Amino acid sequence: MSENLLEVKNLKKYFSTPHGMLHAVDNVTFNIEKGKTIGIVGESGCGKSTLGKTLMRLHEPTSGEVLYNGVDIASMPLKKFKKEYRSHIQMIFQDPYASLDPRMDVLQLIEEPIKVNDKKLSKKEVEDKAKEMMELVGLAKRLETAYPHELDGGRRQRIGIARALSLNPSFIVCDEPVSALDVSIQAQILNLLMDLQEQRGLTYMFITHDMSVVKHISDDIAVMYLGQMIEKCPADEIFRDTIHPYSQALLSAIPIPDVHAKHERMVLKGELTSPINPKPCCRFAKRCPYATDQCRQEEPKLREMRPNHLVACHYAEKFVK
Amino acid sequence: MAKMHTPAMEKIERKNAKRKKPRQITPSYEAWKRFRRNPTALVGLIIVAVLILIAIFAPLIAPYNYQSQDYAAMMQKPSAAHLFGTDQFGRDIFSRCIYGARYSLLIAVFCTLAALFSGGLLGIIAGYFGGKVDTIIMRIMDIFQAIPMIMMAMCIVAVLGNGIPQLVAAIMFASMPTMARNNRAAILRVRGNDYIESSEAIGCSKFQLIMKHMIPNAAGIMVIFFVGFLAVSIMMMSSMSYIGVGLAAPTPEWGLILNDGKSYLTSAPYMMFFPALMIMITCFAFNLMGDGLRDAFDPKMN
Repeated sequence: MSENLLEVKNLKKYFSTPHGMLHAVDNVTFNIEKGKTIGIVGESGCGKSTLGKTLMRLHEPTSGEVLYNGVDIASMPLKKFKKEYRSHIQMIFQDPYASLDPRMDVLQLIEEPIKVNDKKLSKKEVEDKAKEMMELVGLAKRLETAYPHELDGGRRQRIGIARALSLNPSFIVCDEPVSALDVSIQAQILNLLMDLQEQRGLTYMFITHDMSVVKHISDDIAVMYLGQMIEKCPADEIFRDTIHPYSQALLSAIPIPDVHAKHERMVLKGELTSPINPKPCCRFAKRCPYATDQCRQEEPKLREMRPNHLVACHYAEKFVK
Repeated sequence: MAKMHTPAMEKIERKNAKRKKPRQITPSYEAWKRFRRNPTALVGLIIVAVLILIAIFAPLIAPYNYQSQDYAAMMQKPSAAHLFGTDQFGRDIFSRCIYGARYSLLIAVFCTLAALFSGGLLGIIAGYFGGKVDTIIMRIMDIFQAIPMIMMAMCIVAVLGNGIPQLVAAIMFASMPTMARNNRAAILRVRGNDYIESSEAIGCSKFQLIMKHMIPNAAGIMVIFFVGFLAVSIMMMSSMSYIGVGLAAPTPEWGLILNDGKSYLTSAPYMMFFPALMIMITCFAFNLMGDGLRDAFDPKMN
C-alpha cells in the first residue's frame, strides 16, 4: 500500500441559515492514495461539491482535519494556505460555460494562473508556458485568440484543465467535469484526464452523479448521502456487491443499454431528511425500505465489512452477500 | 459544435483575410455590432457626436461673442442675423447656446465621472465584501437618498458657495447613492458567476478578482449608468442654475440662459424656448444612447 496523499478526518462544513445550521458536509473521513482516483457519488445537494470546495478552502471548513502529505491544510491561516498550498491543490469546474471569464481569450485564460502565482516570470516565459499547456491538453494553436463563447464545451473544458494543470498541482478536485458535456465529448475529456494522471502522477477526487462515468475513472468510490459518507469501497466492488441500501438504489438507476433486459429498479419513496439541524439518526431512514426504530434513533457509524469496504448501516451484515 | 457559416460570419472571414491580424470577436465587438443595428441608438449617438463637435468648435460656429452686449439689438426676435434672437442685453442667444454646450457637457461629464468613481467605489466595496461592510455603506447611502437630490445639491452649494467645482461636488454627492446602488447591483450580478470562483481557485487575490474579472465584466452595465447619468447631471445642473444656486452669470450655461429669459416669458418666449430645446435634445440623445447601450450589452435583459 502506497502512502496517502490526502487524509481527511472528521471534516465538517456547516452553513448558517435563517432556519438553523445546514450540515452540508458532516463528519467525512477518508484517505486518498498518491496517484489514485477517488470517485465521490451521490444525488444533487448531498454535499459532494461542498466537500471539494472545502478541501480547496474555497469554503472555510467548520472543523476537522485535512492532512496533505501529513500537513494539516484545513486549520492553517488562509494566507499561508494560499501562498504555499494553493498550487498543489487545484480544481476543474463543472460548467465550462460559466467557469471561464467571457472577457478573456484562450491564451489570457491559461496565462492567468501562471502570472498570478509566479510574478518573476517574464512575459515571454508566461506565454511559452501557456502555449505548452495548450498543447498538453490538445488545444490547437489557432485557438489562442478565440474567446470562450466561440468554442464548444469540450474545448472549454480543456481550457479549464489547462488552467488547473498550469500550476503543476499534485491533487485535483474534478467537480463534475463532464456532466455538462455531450456524451461523445465526455469520453474524450475522461481519456484526457486519465492520460494526464498517468503522465504526471496526479491524484484525483472525481465528483459526479453519473455512475457509469465514475466506474470508468475511479479506483475507489465513496457514496455520499446528505453530507455523510455512507459507503466507501474499491470501484469494481460497488458494482458487484454493494451493501448500503441507498447505494443499491443508486446503482439500480443506471439504465441498461439493452431493450430486452429486465430492468428492476429500486424506487425510493418518502421524503428527504432535512439537512438543517438533523437529529441523530440514520439520515436515509425516511426513505429506506428496511428502516427500523433503531435507524430512526441512532446514527450508524462507518464499519469495515470487508477489507477496504466501509459501510454506515446498522444492518450492513444483512446485506452482505 | 461545428463552426457556423452564416453570411455574417463569411463577411467577417472575408474581412479577416484582408487584415494582417484577424479580428477577434470580443464581447465588446459583439455589443458594438448590436448597437450599430439599433437605429434609435444610432440617432442618439449622432446627436451626441454633433453636440460634442459643437462644443469643441464653439468659437468657429458662434457668430458673436457670448457675452458681448449690443444695445442697438436688444430683445430681437429670431432672424437671419440672430438665429435664436437676442436677450435683454442684446446678447446673441444662438451664440450663448453654442458656448453653453461646452459648459453643460463638460460639467456633466465631470459630475458623472466623479459620481461614478466615488459611488462606484463604495458600491463595489459593498457588493464584494457584503455582510456588515455592505450594511453600513448602504444604510449611509439610504440616508443620503432620503433627501431629494436637488435639495441635497442646494445645501452643498449653500455651504461651499457658487462655482464650477462646488457645482460638481454638489451633483456628485447628490447622485452618489444611486451610483453606489447601481454598481453594487452590477457587482453582485457578476460575483455569483463560476469564473470568479475559478479565478479564486487558481490564486487570484481579492484585488485581482475585482480589477481583472468583476469590473471588466460589469463595465458594460457601468457604461449604461454613466450615459444615463449624463442626462440626469445636465438636468440637475440646469435646474440649479435656473433657480440661482448653480453657476453665476454671465456664464452661458443653458439653465442660466433659461433664467435670464424667465421674466420675459410672455413677451419674448423664444428667450426660454431655445435653451430649453437644447437641454431637451441633449437629454433625449443621452437617453436614446443609454437605452441602445443597454440593449447592446445586455441582450437578455429585455
